[in-house]
Order: sequence, then structure tokens, then C-alpha cells
Amino acid sequence: MAYPTNYRYTKEHEWIDAQGTSATIGITDYAQSELGDVVFVEMPAAGTQLTAGKTFGTVESVKAVSEIYSPATGKVTEANPALQAKPETINEDPHGAGWLVKITLANPGEVSGLMDAAAYEAYIEEKKKEASA
Amino acid sequence: MEAKIKKATRHVNQNEGLIFEKSSPGKRAFELPLLDVPGGDPGKSLGSAYRAEGVPGFPEVSEIEVIRHFTRLSTWNYAIDLGMYPLGSCTMKYNPRVNEHVARLAGIATEHPCQPQELSQGCLKILSLLEKCLLEITGMDVITLQPAAGAQGELTGLLLIRAHHKRNGNPRKKVLIPDSAHGTNPATAVIAGYEVQNIKSDANGQVDLAHLREQVDGTVAALMLTNPSTLGIFEQQIPEIAEILHAKGALLYMDGANMNALAGVTRPGDMGVDVMHLNLHKTFSTPHGGGGPGAGPVAMKRSLEPFLPVPVLVEKDGGRLGLDYQRKESIGQVRAFGGNFGVLVRALAYILAYGPGIRQATEDAVLNANYIRKHLEGAFDLPYTRPSMHEVVFSDAIQKRNGVNTMDIAKRLIDYGFHPYTTAFPLIVPGALMIEPTESESKEECDYFIDAMKSIAHEAATNPELVKTAPHSTRIRRLDEVGAARKPILRWKPGDSSQSDKTTTHKVKVTTPTVPTC
Amino acid sequence: MRYLPKSPAERQEMLSAIGAKSIEELFSSIPEAYRLKKPLNLPGPYSETEVIRYFEARGQENSLGYSRFLGAGVYSHLRSVVTDTILQRGEFLTSYTPYQAEISQGTLQAIFEFQTLMCQLTGQEVANASMYDGSTATTEAVLMAERITGRRRVLVARSVHPEYREVLRTYARNSGLVVEEIAFGKAGTLDLEGLRSAIRDDVCAVVVQSPNFFGAIEDLHPIAELAHKSGTLLVTAIAEALSLGLLAPPSDADIVAMEGQSFGLAPSFGGPFVGVIASQEKFVRQMPGRLAGQTTDANGHRGFVLTLATREQHIRREKATSNICTNQALCALAATVHLSLLGKEGIREMGTQNLAKAEFTLGELEKIPGVRRSFSAPFFNEFAVEFPRSVKMVNAELLKAKVVGPYVLGSAYPELSKHALVCVTETTSRAEIENFVSGVKAALEVPL
Repeated sequence: MAYPTNYRYTKEHEWIDAQGTSATIGITDYAQSELGDVVFVEMPAAGTQLTAGKTFGTVESVKAVSEIYSPATGKVTEANPALQAKPETINEDPHGAGWLVKITLANPGEVSGLMDAAAYEAYIEEKKKEASA
Repeated sequence: MEAKIKKATRHVNQNEGLIFEKSSPGKRAFELPLLDVPGGDPGKSLGSAYRAEGVPGFPEVSEIEVIRHFTRLSTWNYAIDLGMYPLGSCTMKYNPRVNEHVARLAGIATEHPCQPQELSQGCLKILSLLEKCLLEITGMDVITLQPAAGAQGELTGLLLIRAHHKRNGNPRKKVLIPDSAHGTNPATAVIAGYEVQNIKSDANGQVDLAHLREQVDGTVAALMLTNPSTLGIFEQQIPEIAEILHAKGALLYMDGANMNALAGVTRPGDMGVDVMHLNLHKTFSTPHGGGGPGAGPVAMKRSLEPFLPVPVLVEKDGGRLGLDYQRKESIGQVRAFGGNFGVLVRALAYILAYGPGIRQATEDAVLNANYIRKHLEGAFDLPYTRPSMHEVVFSDAIQKRNGVNTMDIAKRLIDYGFHPYTTAFPLIVPGALMIEPTESESKEECDYFIDAMKSIAHEAATNPELVKTAPHSTRIRRLDEVGAARKPILRWKPGDSSQSDKTTTHKVKVTTPTVPTC
Repeated sequence: MRYLPKSPAERQEMLSAIGAKSIEELFSSIPEAYRLKKPLNLPGPYSETEVIRYFEARGQENSLGYSRFLGAGVYSHLRSVVTDTILQRGEFLTSYTPYQAEISQGTLQAIFEFQTLMCQLTGQEVANASMYDGSTATTEAVLMAERITGRRRVLVARSVHPEYREVLRTYARNSGLVVEEIAFGKAGTLDLEGLRSAIRDDVCAVVVQSPNFFGAIEDLHPIAELAHKSGTLLVTAIAEALSLGLLAPPSDADIVAMEGQSFGLAPSFGGPFVGVIASQEKFVRQMPGRLAGQTTDANGHRGFVLTLATREQHIRREKATSNICTNQALCALAATVHLSLLGKEGIREMGTQNLAKAEFTLGELEKIPGVRRSFSAPFFNEFAVEFPRSVKMVNAELLKAKVVGPYVLGSAYPELSKHALVCVTETTSRAEIENFVSGVKAALEVPL
């Protein structure tokens, strides 16, 4: 799966799609394939404050629970309602319909410090090499 | 035409429903003796607290249906009584039947924990003798038999450590845990109020001493060490590890899950361990019973004695035994009513059967593991080559080249008539196969196991699909765990016909036979 | 040795195959200084017969031949021999935790049935596959309430079993959880006024036992109302599970923590027993312990698996909801078989007999001058009475009549020094009751 070039990415495998003062956050295709079939998602309610680098929820599969780290500081405006009934959306469309939360950004500029698609793809190539070493 | 009437064969028990699905109003299985006092009026005595209609949906079946139902269910289980169960660190050894017998004796099973101590001397003597035996085996000074399982033993051990540090002025902050440790270790440390700091293993799968030296300071309360490690390898430097910790006032906790490699051969207390737990349902043969009950006694050095959980077994005047509840510095109680006495009885029966000969069991366990290792080296990747004790850890690296992983190999092992080994643990070995035969396996059973594993290795190389879709021979194939987690169904509900098994077609119609009458 | 399936020749063969000259070589990784040179100093080895004789002799040194009026959290009930017949099947007794579902369907289906029975009894939506016992189940229920609400204070009724409270305090001491007690009133039940003044919006749970330690049945409805008003959860502990055969289930509770020992488990000097946590579906992901869930296999057959395991220690490690690994599976199986045998009619009949015998006993005791009920609340099979003399002294006299007398309430409640907790179950005969009552009468007539 291609990594959208207008997104930014974190080392913890989250992506963020910043549009002006608001942004959408999700987990990457690499993350969902490592996790396996998603069975449950725990996301914060609208109004919750998020801090860059701190955990704000979990994505759960049968064999693992992944903490999700916020790529940016801001306030949650919406958690993806579709994930309650169909958590597998994250596996099917991790960069689109499987988005986790929408937020308003406290510092819109901070996102540009994160990896771009090319840097992220290089990063996961390294990870894959380490794993099979 | 001669009609064929099929008698009930093995397949009938393949479709046993739930006990609730067999119920009909008015059937009952157990009758009580008649009431010998006036009957009373529950509605009047209890008022609105009375449950007038009975428990909705409760089973209503006869005695024979109960026997058949559970007997049929039991035939779907694998068990030690059937064959080898090579689960690593579980120590699936023979559960001696005499243990079951003595635990059920009148005067043993019937006793109430609150009855007068003078009428409990038999029970207290059992506890006292078990304490003495376990102290002799571990080389420790003092022991508590209260914790109900290994994990509770770990918690008790950490609470004792905390009390010790608190008494010295500072409870400290951190517990060090090797990355190869069992999951209960970090979970327990957090419950005891400590932060967990992971210690890396070195290239040999042992605690990295240099790394440890850096990490141990005045904020470290203890290191939780499993020895032999979960790789089945003895931590040779345990005396040095103890020294490093003690130099900074930290304590060495040993997870005794792998005691089956040590009993009668060496003693943790001699090597600098300060406190440890034992799993009686592992080394000491008490039955796993599908997941419990267990018992997790905690043995310790004399310095931790003041903090023992209450009640403490004590000797009174005239040699009588008693239970002491007045202990000012005690950490409290981790369980009501003392320990799992029934489990403790079984463990003592096991120890008495062996006596000093318990060493032979340990030697046979180590012999079996090494015999299996020798024969499977080459067929499976061996990530750590230090000598194995009672268990050996391979990895699926060779089989992975064909897309076959440890879980697949484990499932295929079922088709050969064995229970799988432990998959995917310890975490430091990606794709681990953790094999512990125990001393209860004959050479013949070990040979069968070796042959099965070699055959699967061959299949993985030549016909990987066969392995990846295993098991093929079980009543139930691989189950949809994802569906079970997404939409959990955790109980039966009355009127839930959608839940009944789709394949009820095994009920055969009996047609009138057209045989000539005599 | 009869448990070791090896001949000396086979051991030799295996050593040769490994390339070792002796078994000692296989232990060479243990530092020389720590390898034992002598056998351990242990009793034995005993033949099977000697093992049995040892324990039979110990059994003779306990309370055989005495009748008993003790409850206090451990209850004597009739058990069918069928239960042990099933428990002793090797496929149940000697199998492991059902992680490999395809070859553990027996255990898993039995757990699913256990979970169902516990839901039916407690009126809750989900129940787990057992905890160690009632005391740890109660503690785990409080920790669960803490996780759900994020609050750190818990209010515990003083009429909750003293040892349950002690276990909670032991766990709480290290976790920053603040435990406060609420008194009981004249009726022997929770003092509602005391609760009203103590409850605030930083309380995660109110813990009440019903029937409580004094045997009194609590009215949970007003307690639940008070708790829920400030977002606090109601945890109800149950020590005498048989009461649920006759009493309305605690549907007002958010979490039920129960001891299942009354269902087919002998008193066994304190264990092993079986604890259960039952609650609502919305809290299931915060529930500790194992859960068996229904699912289908590749061919569409119904089957069962351990599910929601991501809460457990083997996956979440330090973030686990609990450190529990082993549960009490065999004890839960005993309860499942026992309850299947009792059935709907049997559990009601057994409960009715308990109530009748307890009421009869109380009636006879009250005929003795100076003896009266301590509390006024309704009871099931346990009640407190006040003696005009010390209970210890009465019990000492009762022993001479081969009666193990009631629990001395003064040992846990200093203000109740003359009160005794009497338990009567279906196992106590009328003759034993009459012997007990006349023994009490005689004890109270002994010149001081």
C-alpha cells in the first residue's frame, strides 16, 4: 500500500493529515499488518486534550494491544464512530476510512517536523531488515 | 431390505450440546434427605428478598444426563494421562492418584479453617511438615504457604521486599525484570506499586552483567530472576548477580517456576536468593485441572520473617501447633483462610513419595530435555547454544523460509497425537518453540515426539500447506478467535436457538426393520 | 521409583545418545560449589500405602466425630459423589489451561457453562471463568471499579467478612487506594446515614456483602441509589453462594464478587475454593480473569475459545488488568457439575432446608433465658445471637459435648464480645441441633 505523500508519520507508526488548524490521525498500514485483525478500539471523547508524544488510546487485536501516541498537541473534535461496529475498517483502509480521531491543532507548524512518506517508508524498510536479521 | 440401525458410536459425543440445551422442566439429578424440622415459609421470612420463581434457565436434567454430558465433554480434551504435554515452563508431569485420594479423606477434606486449633492439629502438622520439606529443598529459612498461585506468590514476595525497604526508610521505586521473563512478573511488579525496568539478555540469553551493574542503584528494590531462565538455561552468574544487588541494598527475587531443574541438585538459598516462590502445580505435581487451582508458597531468608502474611504457623508449649495472627509488621493477608490446603496436601504427598530420591526426578527431567534437544538440533534452529536444563527453546527460523511458523508447527503436532509445546514465548526468541518434557516421559514417548517433530520439519520443507492448515484430525478445526473477540458471546441465553450447533445431523432416524417376525 | 518410566539401561542409552558420560555432566552449568554433595534431608520415600497411612493418621487428629455450627465464609453442604467421578476423569484433572482450543473443548465448554450459571444466579450479564476465591475476587472487583471510574477511594461496609477486608487492605496499601469503612446499624446491616455522609464524587465503589458476615440480608436498592447518584459503583460480595438459590439476585450491583465454595467444594481447611466476578457487558474489557467465548471453526461448527485475552498478563505484561495466570478451573468444574446435579428444583429445595433449619435452631436457642438475636434483619442460614456469658466459655463447654460451636464475633468485632455467629445448613440433623442447644443451655447454667 502506498503511503500518502501529504501525510506525516511518526516512529510509533501513526500518520497525521494536517489541513490548516485541524488534522486527522490514524495508524499506518505497517502498524495494522503487524497487529493483525483489529477487534476493538478505545478512543478519547470529543474535547479531550492530546499531547504530542503521549498515548491517547488503544487499538486491540487478538494477540496484542497497541498504545497509540499522538503525533501532535491539540483537542479531539471527533472519534471515528464507524470503528465501534466495524473495527476491521482499520485493517481494510488504515489511511482512509480507518481514521481514529480528528483534532484541532494547538501548534499547526509542529507537524512538519515529522517524517514524510519517503522517510517513513525508509524507516519501515530498516525495521523489516532488523526483524529478519 | 435390511435397514441399518446405527448404534451410538464415538461420533455421538462429537456434538454434545450445552447442559442447558438438554434441560426440561421437572427433571432433577440430586435429591435431598427429607427435612427433619418444621418447614418454614420462605416468602414470609424473606419478604421481597425471596426469589419465588427459582433461577431462570438453570439446568433441569437427570443424573445419567449429567454423567454423560461431562463424560462426553472430557473426551474432547487432551491430558497428561493420555500422553506428553511438552509445554515449556509448565512442568506437565504425572499427577499421582494417591494425592487425589488423601486430599479427599474424611478428617482432611472436611475441616473448617475457623475451627478450634486444638481440633486441627492434624492439618497443622501437615502444614508444618510441608514447610520443613520446602525449606530443605530451597535452602531458605522461612516460608509462607498462603499464596493461591505463582502470581500471588510473586505479589507476596514483592510486598515482603517492599516492607523490608520501607522499614529501612525507603521503599524504593523500581524492579528490574529480564526481557525473557514470564508476563506475570511485570504485571505483579506494577500491582506491588513498583515501576518496571527491563534488563536485556546477552548473546547467550543470560542476564547481561555489565548492563545490570549500570542499572542497579539506590532506587532499585529488587531483580526478579527466573532460574533456569525461560530459555531453560542456568544463570551461571547468579552469585555475582546477588552480590551486585546486595552491594546496593537491593534484593534478589527468584521466580521458582523452573524448580524442576534444581530440586535435590542445588538450592537457590545457597546461591544468594533472598526470596522466591514455588509453583506447587508445576514442580510438585498438583494437577492443573484445566487451569487451576494452584499454590504459590513463598520462601525467604530470615531477615524478611517479620513481614510474613498472617496467620503464621507456630509451635506452642508442649509441641502443639498454632496459628499466630498477632504480627505487627505483617504485610497482611493475600487470601482469606490461609492457603489452598487441598493443594498443599497433594504436594506433601508427592514429596513423601520421593523423599531424598527427589533428585532422580530432576535428573530424569534434564535427561529427557537434553535427549530431545540432541535429536532435534539441525532440524530446528537453536538460537541459544548454552547447555539446556529441563527445557529447550528452538525457533522457527528454518521453517519460516517456507512461510511455516511456530504456531503452525504446534497445530500440526496435534495431528501426531501430542499437545503443542509453548509457542511464541519467551519473547526474546522470535518464533519460539519451548519444549519441556518433564521426567514423566519414557524414552519411548520421547522417541515418538522426536519422530513427530522431525516429520513436521520435513513437511514444512516439502509440503508447507499441510502444516499451515493443521490440525486436520480434530473434531474442531481452527477457531475464529477474531470473531470471538469482536462480538463476544460469553454465556448461553434461554430461547437462543441461533446458538445451537448447525451439524445436528448425526441423530440417526431409526426406521422399523423389515425383518421377518418369528 | 514408580512415577519414573525409565530403566537404568534406558538412562544409559539416552546419555550415550547425548554424548554424555554421566548425568552429572548435564548439570555442569551449575557452579561446582553449589551442587549438592549429599541427598536432601527429607522424610520418605513412602510407598503408596505409607502415604495413605500418614494422611489417615493426620485425619484422626482433627475434628472427626464433632458436629459443627460454623459458617463465617466457609460452608458445609451436601455434595454428590458424581461430582468427584467427573473431576477425577484424567481428561479434566490432568489437562492444562485451554490455550490450544482444538484439543481443550471439554474444558472450554464447561467454563462457558460455568459462566452462564454464574450469570443466571447473580442476574448479571457476564461472568468470568473464576478467580482464586471470594476474598481476592472482592479485591479485584474494587480494582476493576477503580479502573472504570478513575477514582481512588473505596467505602467498605464493616459487615463485610473481616478477612475479605484484610485482603483488600493488603492490596490497597501499595497502590494508593484509600479504604474507608462504613458502620453497621442495629439491624445488622449497612448504616445508610453513615454511607450518605461518607459518599463523595471521588469514591470508585461501595462494597457491601449480602448475606453479610453476620448472616443478615442487605437491602441493596437504597445503597445502589445513593452510590449511583455520585457516579460510584456498587460492588456486592457474596460468601454463601447457595443463598442465591432462594434470594433475589443482586441486580442492583454493578459488579458481583462471589465465593463459590458452597457449590460442590469441601471446606478443606480453607481451600482451594473458587471466586467469580460477574458484571455488565459494558465493563467486560475491564474484567480480570479468563473468559471463554463462543465462536465457530472453519467448518461452521460451534466451538469455544479463551477470548479478550489481551487484558491478561501474558500479552499486556505491565499494563495487564491483573497479574492472574492460574485460575481455579477444576473447582469451577466442580461447581458446574454440582449445580447441574442440583438443578432448578434442587437448589431451591436445598436453600429452603437451610432456612428452615436455621430458623428452627434460632427458635430453640431463644427459649434459653438470656439468649437473644443480635440483629433484626432477615437471614438465610446464618445469624448472630447474644449470650449472657462469653462465647469462648460456652464453646469450651460445647466441645465436651462434641460440638464445634459458633464463630466468636468478638475476635473480629470487639464491641460484639458476647455475640456468636451460628450457621446451620442442610447437613445438620435435628438431633445435632438439639444436642447443640442443650449444650448451650448447660454451658450457661454452669456455676461461675
